[in-house]
Amino acid sequence: MLMNQMKVRKKWRREHNTLLAMAAPTIVYLLLFCYIPMVGLVMAFQNLDISKGIFNSPFVGLRNFEFLFSSSDAYIITRNTVLYNLVFIVFNMSVSVSAALLLSSMRSALFAKTMQTIYMMPYFLSWAVVAIVVNAFLDRDNGLVNAMMESLGRKSTTNWYHQMRIWPPLLVLVNAWKGVGYQTVLYLAVITGISTDYYEAAVLDGASKWQQARYITIPHLRFIVGISIILSMAHIFRGDFGLFYNVPMNSGRIFPVTDVIDTYIYRALTYLSNVGMSTAAGLYQSVVGFFMVLIVNWIVTRLDPDSAMF
Amino acid sequence: MKATKTSATRLNVISSGWNLVFVILLAFVALFILVPMLLIFVVSFSSELSIANRGYSFWPEAWTLDGYKYLFKTGDQLANSYLITSFYTVTGTLMSMTVMTMFSYVIAQRNFPLCRALTWMLFFTMLFSGGLVPSYILNVRYLRINDTVWIFLLPSLVNAFYTIILRTFIQTTIPETLFEAARIDGAGHFRVFTSIVLPLFKTGIATVGLFNVVTRWNDWFIGMLYIRNPKLIPLQTMLTKIQDSIEFIKQNASIAGTPDGIALLRTLPDENLRMACTIVVILPILMAYPFFQRFFVRGLTVGSIKG
Repeated sequence: MLMNQMKVRKKWRREHNTLLAMAAPTIVYLLLFCYIPMVGLVMAFQNLDISKGIFNSPFVGLRNFEFLFSSSDAYIITRNTVLYNLVFIVFNMSVSVSAALLLSSMRSALFAKTMQTIYMMPYFLSWAVVAIVVNAFLDRDNGLVNAMMESLGRKSTTNWYHQMRIWPPLLVLVNAWKGVGYQTVLYLAVITGISTDYYEAAVLDGASKWQQARYITIPHLRFIVGISIILSMAHIFRGDFGLFYNVPMNSGRIFPVTDVIDTYIYRALTYLSNVGMSTAAGLYQSVVGFFMVLIVNWIVTRLDPDSAMF
Repeated sequence: MKATKTSATRLNVISSGWNLVFVILLAFVALFILVPMLLIFVVSFSSELSIANRGYSFWPEAWTLDGYKYLFKTGDQLANSYLITSFYTVTGTLMSMTVMTMFSYVIAQRNFPLCRALTWMLFFTMLFSGGLVPSYILNVRYLRINDTVWIFLLPSLVNAFYTIILRTFIQTTIPETLFEAARIDGAGHFRVFTSIVLPLFKTGIATVGLFNVVTRWNDWFIGMLYIRNPKLIPLQTMLTKIQDSIEFIKQNASIAGTPDGIALLRTLPDENLRMACTIVVILPILMAYPFFQRFFVRGLTVGSIKG
């Protein structure tokens, strides 16, 4: 859509100074907080000494990247980021589309509305709060899970923050708990937006409710669902920092299954103060992510030009 | 009109048997959402003794208001964090909305020569970014705004996605002929913006503004990364800090037995106090959002129609 702007020759007029002045704060912001940091990515090729700053620190070529990719870390964090995102996309999509379909067929509008309000609630909680909620279940001493096991006669002192096997399904569940309501509401809006003419015609032809869902609602949804899946692929190299840092409580024993690129960068910066390597990891993420966006956009342009990002 | 509406709604309705099955299914999902929050709520009213005996539970041995009483007696940090979070939510949202609406008005002007260049300048930041580390170095080493209120206001001033949404709102709700008419009458762009666009544009501003408020209220990351001064710690960061210090002692059980560890444990907030704290932090948003729900839904749907 950005491309569609008219190619008419535009002349600069006096009134355009006002427009430029109105845009000025944002222009300054973008240059300072978005474009200068992009230039700052040269730190990935430096051995940065914070006290000397980026103008006086020595260049070390690709050494930061060698350091990053020679350990198994790069593989583990990339695998975790991509796999979790894939599962999140598929799982959240299936749950929210099903919920939206069911909600749209409810007889009582009040019930549907109430459910919608409840489903959306966790979307308004911060990851800091969600981590506390999860901890209320998993805490070793007081958590509900261990307490319930004890009341069943099996005294449990399991520290769930050390148990790798529970975390992959748990993170999927927690992510869905927080995000599914938002998506459900979105798909519900799409379903409500489908022209009623289709359903009237279907009823005249004697179609049952199931047939209406099968032949009208689902095909309408299939399009937007397909496009949303492809579009979310564009961000597949970006891990949700709040989820992966807060919910596992930054517990080191389970890093192999909870560490994603974003948490790795954060720790390399704050715990190791390794600016060069964390910038290298960030550059790796930005570049791979950028190409992912380009590929995704190319695919979407083929399928449906109107849904293309640019 | 009304008749077609009702008949149309009924077309999409299922038989009462299936309706019941679906109601149960959907109510089950609602329980899955609500029960964890209910647990926090109940623990905030549970007596310390019953937590010590039985752990967290949905039905404690004894109920108490102690958590909340302590909170109001000793909650200096909480009160202070409440204040600072409110300040930076309100100020930050006002600043953001002023700057972003102006910019979105400018890039909605199709015959402005810089329209395309500026749109791309904004849009490109959604495709590629320097990432965390260069921004961190910039803020800490060159701008030196860490540990000041500016860190909450400046780096988050403009959100490219929201600005594009605002532009879409302007382009879809305000006809271009209206701008032209006003311009022919001799009104400058700034006049048109303040006296025509802003009033017509209230829903768009309210929608993006509310998303902005929620994001800022819920932010814990800025506080965690940049703030050391306890007077500037926002609410959500305070919550994670409480949680972290408790976890730290539990994970390092060796110090828990030492006098130091015992002293540390004594200064930690009690379990019900911690949960009461959490409830007080989430309550304002959970109470308010049902009233603003239509804006959020609208924002979601417009947001899905990309730039």
